[in-house]
Amino acid sequence: MTAKQHTFVGGLKLDGHKKRSTQTAIHKIPLSKKLILPLQQHIGEASLPIVEVGDKVLKGQKIARADGHVSVYLHAPSSGTVTAIDDQPIPHPSGLSACCITIETDGEDRWIERQKTEDFTTLSEHEIRQTLREAGIVGLGGAGFPSFIKLNPGVHHHVETLIINGVECEPYITCDDMLMRERASGILDGIEIMQYALRVKNCIIAIEDNKPEAIAAMELALATRSHLNNTSIISVPTRYPAGSEKQLIQVVTGKQVPSHGLPIDLGIVCHNVGTSYAISRAIIHGEPLISRIVTITGKQVNKAGNFETLFGTPMHELLAFCDTKRQADEPFILGGPMMGYNLSGDHLPVTKTANCILVGVEDAAPAVDPLPCIRCGECATVCPVSLLPQQLYWHSRAKDLDKTREYNLFDCIECGCCSYVCPSKIPLVHYFRFAKTETMNQELETQKSDNARIRHENRLERQEAEKKEKAERQRQRKLALAATKAAKEKEEAEKAKTAEPQSDDQEK
Amino acid sequence: MPLSRLSSPFLSGTSRVTLHMLQLLLALVPAIIAIVYFFGPSVLITMTLAVVVALLSEAIILKLRGRPLKPFLTDGSAIVTAVLLAIALPPLAPWWLTVVGIVFAIIFAKHLYGGLGYNPFNPAMVAYVLLLVSFPLEMTTWLPVVSLSDQPLDFLATFNVIFNGQFASGLGFDTMSGATPLDAMKTQIGLLQHPSYISQQPLFGLFAGKGWEWVNIFLALGGCYLIYRRVISWHIPVAMLLGLTSISLITWLLAPETTGSPLFHLLSGGTMLGAFFIATDPVTASTTVKGRIVFGAGVGLLTYIIRVWGGYPDGVAFAVLLMNMLVPLIDYYTQPKVYGG
Repeated sequence: MTAKQHTFVGGLKLDGHKKRSTQTAIHKIPLSKKLILPLQQHIGEASLPIVEVGDKVLKGQKIARADGHVSVYLHAPSSGTVTAIDDQPIPHPSGLSACCITIETDGEDRWIERQKTEDFTTLSEHEIRQTLREAGIVGLGGAGFPSFIKLNPGVHHHVETLIINGVECEPYITCDDMLMRERASGILDGIEIMQYALRVKNCIIAIEDNKPEAIAAMELALATRSHLNNTSIISVPTRYPAGSEKQLIQVVTGKQVPSHGLPIDLGIVCHNVGTSYAISRAIIHGEPLISRIVTITGKQVNKAGNFETLFGTPMHELLAFCDTKRQADEPFILGGPMMGYNLSGDHLPVTKTANCILVGVEDAAPAVDPLPCIRCGECATVCPVSLLPQQLYWHSRAKDLDKTREYNLFDCIECGCCSYVCPSKIPLVHYFRFAKTETMNQELETQKSDNARIRHENRLERQEAEKKEKAERQRQRKLALAATKAAKEKEEAEKAKTAEPQSDDQEK
Repeated sequence: MPLSRLSSPFLSGTSRVTLHMLQLLLALVPAIIAIVYFFGPSVLITMTLAVVVALLSEAIILKLRGRPLKPFLTDGSAIVTAVLLAIALPPLAPWWLTVVGIVFAIIFAKHLYGGLGYNPFNPAMVAYVLLLVSFPLEMTTWLPVVSLSDQPLDFLATFNVIFNGQFASGLGFDTMSGATPLDAMKTQIGLLQHPSYISQQPLFGLFAGKGWEWVNIFLALGGCYLIYRRVISWHIPVAMLLGLTSISLITWLLAPETTGSPLFHLLSGGTMLGAFFIATDPVTASTTVKGRIVFGAGVGLLTYIIRVWGGYPDGVAFAVLLMNMLVPLIDYYTQPKVYGG
């Protein structure tokens, strides 16, 4: 439990507001009549539907397959009928719609046949990854990156350490906390499977020290597994954003992931506790990822808590279940108050990455117009990646995108610390997101125009070649023609020569 | 909904520009009391005048620039500029001196560059230097501390002097005023007097000028409060004081007959005001950690150089302005190393 602790620069001590949602055990949200399942609930390519409208599906049945490498399968969270495959509003900062499969549930909640594996060591590492891919497992910490990829170090890397992230540093969110308290054993099962798949030397489970109950539960569960002697639990000091992958790696190992690099470059792989639990369900119990624990909390939520929710359940059903009164002018946040985003409405479905629904934030940002930057430098002091947010702000505002890159814009993790401390109340992160999208759009444009230019050049080249070829052909033809003509003439001449005597003969 | 409520983070800390400015004013209170105690009530009159003129100038220029009045009049920055200049001006400074200084500070040094957050030079120091260069006589005649004065002026008399230039009968500016300790030290060293002898004179106290030393100590205490409340960071004041101490210590050890002691320099003139309240002005100072140290040390060194080898008795204002000029360069070359970079 006591390993040498390191620290990361910057960061904030925030009021956690975690007690609000940890007073009751995890409950199940009642089955919804209609489940809406976006085809893209993960990073990568959207899944491709393999059912049609009118099909009957069972709970856990595959309804969409992975498309390409960075993609996973999608499953029916309950039994019922597919009623639509069309564009529906999805939870996304843009508020846009995307293709979803809608299932009308039949209330029977009948499972498809599940293939259980008592001893996962009978499976090969490859089989485990394949199973996880087909079970639709993605990172449940928030990013939703397909987990099977992060369990495949490849031939060029050797994984020393597996870090299990139970830090959950954002205020209000407690789904990982409650999961660790109630299902520690399942999490450890998942950790064993991951250790097996990655062949790691050691494993560290990191939990923030504001979750003593979770630490106690995990330690209790770990104590019963004497064969896991390479695994330890460390409590890390509560400081936001300690749960961010790069910051956590620095706290645990003292090393920094190279800028533009990955943890694997240091021989480290990070997975979230929720993902670990999902992996154990998938491998040992044969259950694909069809639900997750969602924290529903905030000032306006009367029965805040954590709820096991089937994917596709419309949020307004969760809100009603928790007795929530939404104010029209108040942000309705998916995720935490520091990094979450404002949702366009409450009819959106719960997805794999929905860790928290927050209605009503204490210490909310005031609704004032920002003052000019007074260059106090507080933003740089709290930045966990040592950027100069005020310089970035300056250049983002001026749309000087080259300069923003020079100031390492793309190293920004959008944790929100800078905006939080800004005395002028400038929404700094918003500017950085803008500059990032703008840069990416510009790159896309350059790429497009580059492609067009190359296409054009190729076309010219092709035309030139064709012309040459044509000319060559013509020349050849001419030559051939000339040759045949010459030959003909020669032949004729010879004929004439030979014929002449004949004619002479005839004449004679 | 404004941006701050549509885009994360949705939480916000308690830090506000106005609160920063209020803390700054609060930190100046002990020093102001000390000034009143040692030099009479003149500073209060000048300060009131300065604040009123500053707010008026701010309002007029905001109106002309088509900017909203309320957020910028209440941010407190104009008041801070006014109070700092009032503290820097000599007691009994005529009213027009204050008015010219403040109008120039707010309109030219601040708003012509874009207002709050955009001015490259510290407005109070720009005004101070303008006045010093344009009106050297008025700017360098100081009252001796009250205890040394034969007939200290009361509030009404002070008011009369500032606004009407009238002294009570039998008194005049010449009889009332004298040089500052820094000035005296400099002139008399020029006359080949030994510093240790000079500091025996009644103008001097325990470590530096009588009165001045206490004002400086109270300013430093106020500055420590600001550091404690995280309104300013320690880097600039510490670097500036170390810069000043190191160069004065070296010269003092090598050639004690040419300079006052390091302690004399630390507690004289505008040292502490400059270290904690002027050089730390976030708008015009360096913003990176390393940059702040370079910036502070530069101000400290330049202050000493101007004081001892330059033409003016005190050098804080010039030092700050010169270093303000270098800020973009310093900031550029002192960027922190990014995580993993």
